[in-house]
Amino acid sequence: MGVKQLGIVGQSVKRRDGIGHVTGQTQYVDDVFYTNMLWLKMVRSPISRGIIHGIDTSKAEAFPGVVAVITAQDVPNNWYTILCLIGVEPNDEPVLAHEEVMYIGEPICAIVAETEAIAAEAAALVKLDIEELPPVLDLEFAISPDAPAIKKWGNNTFMYDGYTHRKLRFGDFETAIQQADHIIEGTYSLSPIEHAPIETHCCVVKPEPDGRLTVHSNTQALYFTMDNTAIILQVPSQRLHMIGGTVGGGFGGKVDVITEPITCIAAMKTGRPVKWRWTREEEMRKSSTRAGVRMQYTDGVMNDGRIIARKVRSLEDSGAYHRHSPYGVQKHMANLPGPYTIPNVWVDAYCVYTNRQPSSAMRGFGVTEATFAVECQMERIARTLGIDSWEIRLINAYRNGQMRPVRKVVEDATLIETIQAAAELIGYDLPAHLKAMNSDDYAGNGGHHG
Amino acid sequence: MAKHYGRGIAAVNYPTGMNLGGDPTQALIFCQPTGGFSVKLASTDLGQGLKTVIAQIAAEALGVPFDSVIVDTGDTDSAPHCMGTFASRATHRVGNAVIMAANEARKALMDVAADEMEAAPEDLVLENGEIYVKGAPERKTNVFNVALAAHFKYGKTISGRGIYLKQKSGLDPETGACDPDSTEAHATTVAEVEVDDETGEVKVLRLSSAYEVGRQINPEMVKGQIISGAVMGMSHTLTETVFPYYPSLDHHTYGFGEYIIPTALDIPEIESVVLEYPSSNGPYGVKGVGEMTANSPIPAIVNAIYDAIGVWVTDLPVTPEKVLRALDEKALEAN
Repeated sequence: MGVKQLGIVGQSVKRRDGIGHVTGQTQYVDDVFYTNMLWLKMVRSPISRGIIHGIDTSKAEAFPGVVAVITAQDVPNNWYTILCLIGVEPNDEPVLAHEEVMYIGEPICAIVAETEAIAAEAAALVKLDIEELPPVLDLEFAISPDAPAIKKWGNNTFMYDGYTHRKLRFGDFETAIQQADHIIEGTYSLSPIEHAPIETHCCVVKPEPDGRLTVHSNTQALYFTMDNTAIILQVPSQRLHMIGGTVGGGFGGKVDVITEPITCIAAMKTGRPVKWRWTREEEMRKSSTRAGVRMQYTDGVMNDGRIIARKVRSLEDSGAYHRHSPYGVQKHMANLPGPYTIPNVWVDAYCVYTNRQPSSAMRGFGVTEATFAVECQMERIARTLGIDSWEIRLINAYRNGQMRPVRKVVEDATLIETIQAAAELIGYDLPAHLKAMNSDDYAGNGGHHG
Repeated sequence: MAKHYGRGIAAVNYPTGMNLGGDPTQALIFCQPTGGFSVKLASTDLGQGLKTVIAQIAAEALGVPFDSVIVDTGDTDSAPHCMGTFASRATHRVGNAVIMAANEARKALMDVAADEMEAAPEDLVLENGEIYVKGAPERKTNVFNVALAAHFKYGKTISGRGIYLKQKSGLDPETGACDPDSTEAHATTVAEVEVDDETGEVKVLRLSSAYEVGRQINPEMVKGQIISGAVMGMSHTLTETVFPYYPSLDHHTYGFGEYIIPTALDIPEIESVVLEYPSSNGPYGVKGVGEMTANSPIPAIVNAIYDAIGVWVTDLPVTPEKVLRALDEKALEAN
């Protein structure tokens, strides 16, 4: 392949932390204990959507062993969004709900107690007075005029520069689709899935004698979590000392900054170390998920298999709040056309809000979903036209020097080479004209010149 | 009633780095008195092996033995900013920052070595911790001696600072024009399945993939990503959902009793080949392989199911119930 040989780079040295991981010697956040440490449990919304009229914590506060109860009033900056650090606005999520609830499991108040069992028992004593409202759960309904607006800005989509969706416009779809020999449509959908890390969310905070807080976190992004936590606590970031860096699986599920702010507040309020660790049920039912997504493709294809026009409408289920979805949908938009040279593209990608646990980052989000749809759609085209599955991809595959719909010139393409290598791997003998293709040559990609 | 064999393919790309960029990572490197090099990072190892591949990159760039490099991650008091481990960015971003820091530290080391050996720095060669004069290999010393001299004889620091930032791209709200990625990795997966038309069950027999990931820092760990990603993609396709009747909230899963992920006996044959076409901007040509390995198996399996039974089930997960309903529909249409 002409890759220059290096020294230690390129060698399969044994991973340094492997023995620790498989023998249980690696220290994770839940292995951190402090003398005098308190435990935290969360009181959560039992319903999908409603107005909070009352939160009665008196019985919980009086319960023996309870040291503190934390509600929205204890959160210095209760209304925020984590991606404010990269300029996403407006704020849309309370750290602790106090006016309305937007999903089953939304945090309302935290119980801090001498033991985890006491905290759990006392949490059950908090009386919630919530007026139930009909939830919005279906994506198409959420963006229809009949749906109640669950977001404060008056509709149920993230607003991108004044638009209800991100747009990708390349070439002239409307004209091209009229000229196509075939119009091939497909709908592709995914339901939300869970990250399922071995290590569930856990945070331990120790107030130090000098006034700082030591925060043991299993976040995937220490500085991001530190700065977001500081914004919520309204303290300078320098007051926080984040310790982490070794995480038992993240998959995107540990970048939402959910456990650290509350645990810090509990430690500040009580002056004692506090641990908050999530059960598997909380991890599955309360933490964010991969989004449910529904994508509709309309392709204009010529008899020889060239795709000359592609239109995609995608609805992504962000759940109740932004979390990382406004970012994910932008990435989704850029990837919905797929790694193919298609001269006329039209994409509308919506970030939609519903009354379910928020979705957020998860391994490849935005791309995984697009890739699934694109590759099933390619197969559908091949089968409809009676063209070989390998060939349909090879003739449309993007080549170096061509223009992608986002208007970036392709420069690192090797799609063709991996297709050829996969065929070889399974012993499938591609016809000579397909074997001869490569990513630096437009041959076979007729009419699709950059 | 029969079991039907099917084969499907999927070819995918995957972008390296945070979408639109603007996601910096820094690294600091300092030399200990006896020649150990500590790499200070606030990056996170999620179990993918970042600490190991970063030690390899640092050792390569410094020219010192792998075992003399210590990678310290995860403390904001002692290490500079890292945007985080996500978007298949860590090896690319952290690796670039570490090479920059290593180059500065290496220059400081070689300046001291030059003083110590009374030679010009450009005439010295550093290889795996050994230092000698070009063309005169008998005139030699090593990092241990130079580090000691730097600390206790010359009073010089041997350290380096590194940062990598892909400038943030704008995005045109009318056209979507933007620069979303640093580079693109690629893969093609071939899935072979067996579909039982009586029970609706899909068994994945084999997943064969060709990957192109720029340069591999540690081929065995790339293979580990490919195998684990294939399994994750397979279960995403066939069994995983927290809302089995999405968009309804009914039967919302509680734990691994209802939320089905594969265990050892469910894992199909997985084979792979890796091509290397180094990227222009990754450390030694790296492209990100972290997330993408769970992607191509999904459509490859769905396409294989179509190949096996002639029905499209394009609403994930492809449960036995959905397979049977699709087969029923097909039978109705045929009548």
